[in-house]
Amino acid sequence: MKHLFTALLFLTFGYITFISCTKLEPAAPADDAILDGPVEGLTPDQKARFLRGDVAFNDEIFTAETGLGPLFVAASCGSCHAGDGKGHPFITLTRFGQSDTSGNMYLAHGGPQLQNRALPGYTPESVPAGAPSSRFLPPANTGMGFLEAVTDADIAAMADPKDADGDGISGVCNWIALASYETPSPDAIVWKGKYIGRFGRKAAALNLLQQTASAYNQDMGITSEYEPYDTYSGHSIEPEVSNQTVQDVVFYLQTLKAPIQRTPDAPDVLRGKELFVQVECAKCHKPELKTGYSPIAALSYKTFHPYTDLLLHDMGPGLDDGYTEGHAQTYEWRTPALWGLGLSRNSQGGQYFLLHDGRAHSIEEAILLHGGEAQKSSSLFAALPEGDKNKLLTFLESL
Amino acid sequence: MRLLLSILSCFIYTAASAQIDSTLLRRKPRDTSALLMNMDAVYNRPFLTVGKMPVALGGYAEANWQHMGTDGVTEGHQFQMRRLTLFVASGITRRLRFLSEIEFEDGTKEINIEFAAVDMELHPLFNLRGGIVMNPIGSFNQNHDGPKWEFVDRPVSATQMLPATWSNVGFGAYGKQYKKSWVVAWEGYVTNGFNDAIINNALGRTSLPAAKQWPDRFEESFNGVPMVTLKGAVKHRKVAEVGVSYMAGIYNRFQDEGMTLDVKRPVKVWAVDANTTIGATNTFLTGEWAWVHVDVPATYSQQYGNRQQGGFLDIVQPVYKGRVAGFDRSVINVACRLEYTDWNVGRFEQTGGNIADEFMSIVPAISWRPGPLSVIRLNYRYNLQRDLLGNPASRTAGFQAGFSSYF
Repeated sequence: MKHLFTALLFLTFGYITFISCTKLEPAAPADDAILDGPVEGLTPDQKARFLRGDVAFNDEIFTAETGLGPLFVAASCGSCHAGDGKGHPFITLTRFGQSDTSGNMYLAHGGPQLQNRALPGYTPESVPAGAPSSRFLPPANTGMGFLEAVTDADIAAMADPKDADGDGISGVCNWIALASYETPSPDAIVWKGKYIGRFGRKAAALNLLQQTASAYNQDMGITSEYEPYDTYSGHSIEPEVSNQTVQDVVFYLQTLKAPIQRTPDAPDVLRGKELFVQVECAKCHKPELKTGYSPIAALSYKTFHPYTDLLLHDMGPGLDDGYTEGHAQTYEWRTPALWGLGLSRNSQGGQYFLLHDGRAHSIEEAILLHGGEAQKSSSLFAALPEGDKNKLLTFLESL
Repeated sequence: MRLLLSILSCFIYTAASAQIDSTLLRRKPRDTSALLMNMDAVYNRPFLTVGKMPVALGGYAEANWQHMGTDGVTEGHQFQMRRLTLFVASGITRRLRFLSEIEFEDGTKEINIEFAAVDMELHPLFNLRGGIVMNPIGSFNQNHDGPKWEFVDRPVSATQMLPATWSNVGFGAYGKQYKKSWVVAWEGYVTNGFNDAIINNALGRTSLPAAKQWPDRFEESFNGVPMVTLKGAVKHRKVAEVGVSYMAGIYNRFQDEGMTLDVKRPVKVWAVDANTTIGATNTFLTGEWAWVHVDVPATYSQQYGNRQQGGFLDIVQPVYKGRVAGFDRSVINVACRLEYTDWNVGRFEQTGGNIADEFMSIVPAISWRPGPLSVIRLNYRYNLQRDLLGNPASRTAGFQAGFSSYF
């Protein structure tokens, strides 16, 4: 009888543990507190593909045996984009070799990207003497499928190269040559055999396939059928990552959800949004864009809120590093999307590293470093009463 | 799998032979004196002898259920056979003996010879050991048998920062000196050592255990330089045991075919360990702390750090001794393990900011020992893991329950 009682006691104890186990496990963070996760509306097979891409992007760490380097910047995709957010100066991409629209003069010297790390026994690259260079912080990944699905016509419609409306803002497209493996979309606009770039600090990449294949190659020293040349030897070598994996990663990047704004209806956020328009930030950081057709139904014909126009703008001499890509001038930078800005610190080690090279350590500092076409906005912001400044910053933090 | 079957066949054959008279099966008495130390753990196990055969057999098995979740994502209920370990000991002559320990982890995913050495007793202060030896770094590496612990998981610092169970081919010596309530012991070995997997691995961090992935490590040294492991320990019967250990070697292949490829890159490990029982409450405390230094090339990624540190502290409080469910010598314990590991001690060259990459956990536990050879345990584990950059920590928690028993 006593043994039966003990056995029942154990059974009861076990049962309570069994049914309560999930209650004492950490809850998932709120959807608006994190950047990763898929867009809504994916089919089951698309979700499976998203997960495959997620694993390849965040979990696969390359070694010498699996193709890393021998010269590289990072050993995995995830080490540049922690939590799919903005990068940290620990992984800064140094680009070099081009100072005007005539192209990169240092391709034979390792350009356009410096591989500043190397496997033991190898010597990493250094920027050749006299080569123009700039340091780029890795951007956040989220919502990029939406940006990719914006039509060329919509981007071109926002451009105003000659400032015809006289507002001092003259966004221009970066016209770039097509990589050999790329197929332009049917509605692509072609100008002198070149296409509109939209990804990268200088908008020098056409789409996410180009971004991904070149990141494998230039950031990690991983060759693929798309980018078959080893960055160390310069020779075409066997692919070190499969087309399937590259495409899965592209799909993952395409279907990462757009950041979700937090407390969008808070009075300070609403007032900050008004001020954002009032000081003319919204002239470049366009609050709303829409997608065209996408083979991924969840991305087709959607309205979204990235706060970018995907165009190049003159940002003034203070941000002119003397280096450029494609058709852009050295002082021109593509308007970065502001969505997810308030979550940047969660991927940057608890502090802000803003602007292309992370030189700004607060949103306010980043605004005040805007020059060129954005000088007027910067000055209008600086002239705001302290309370209004804080409301505008609160709005930006909510994105 | 064939190896497993062969060994099990030997056991079955031996047992079958002994079925003629079951009294031939005898438990070999264990030394339960208070002067046993961590270094004695390898021989201080419950062996079974058959008649007058000079071979003693033993082993332990552990299995568990767990339900863990990380930031709202769980893999659900998991039933795991963590390990099955078999010991074979043999007295070759009166002062020459052999012991082997073969472990099957996660089913047959990993099969390891953890120990297979011949001991020659020459003098209490100087005995020889050769074969596959367990490098005496810290305490857990030598004293790792599942039934001895109240926790389902092994300590993270001991198994993922230090490489427990860490065995290598080599030779060495050990000795002990008793004086009243004191005992002083030492050990020293030269063995094969690490390889470059410790900084060239898919874990994305410096990892001494990654060296175990090299399949040839029991047949050749990666670079021809022996690794040295030294340990000294002192124990007072009524106070505590304290050990200090040191392990050093070269991990990279600095030359090949007579050509110099790189400088010699050392790896050095220091560890302290201690255990005691507080007499008044019978509370048992045990823990270890270790520091790892690896010469990572400056041109490699800082993601692979050149310093690590970490350790654990177990607190075990018996709360009931007596009869439970018909087991007369039952002991029920409450326990708690505290763990911390910093996988990358240092600061970013680019910003001067702290490199985080750290892990901490707390594991409250209840265990029931129906006898001295078995333990049934229920743990609640709560982990925090912070990434390299120090971003918000990922949280993992859940229940684990299982048993571990010598047989």
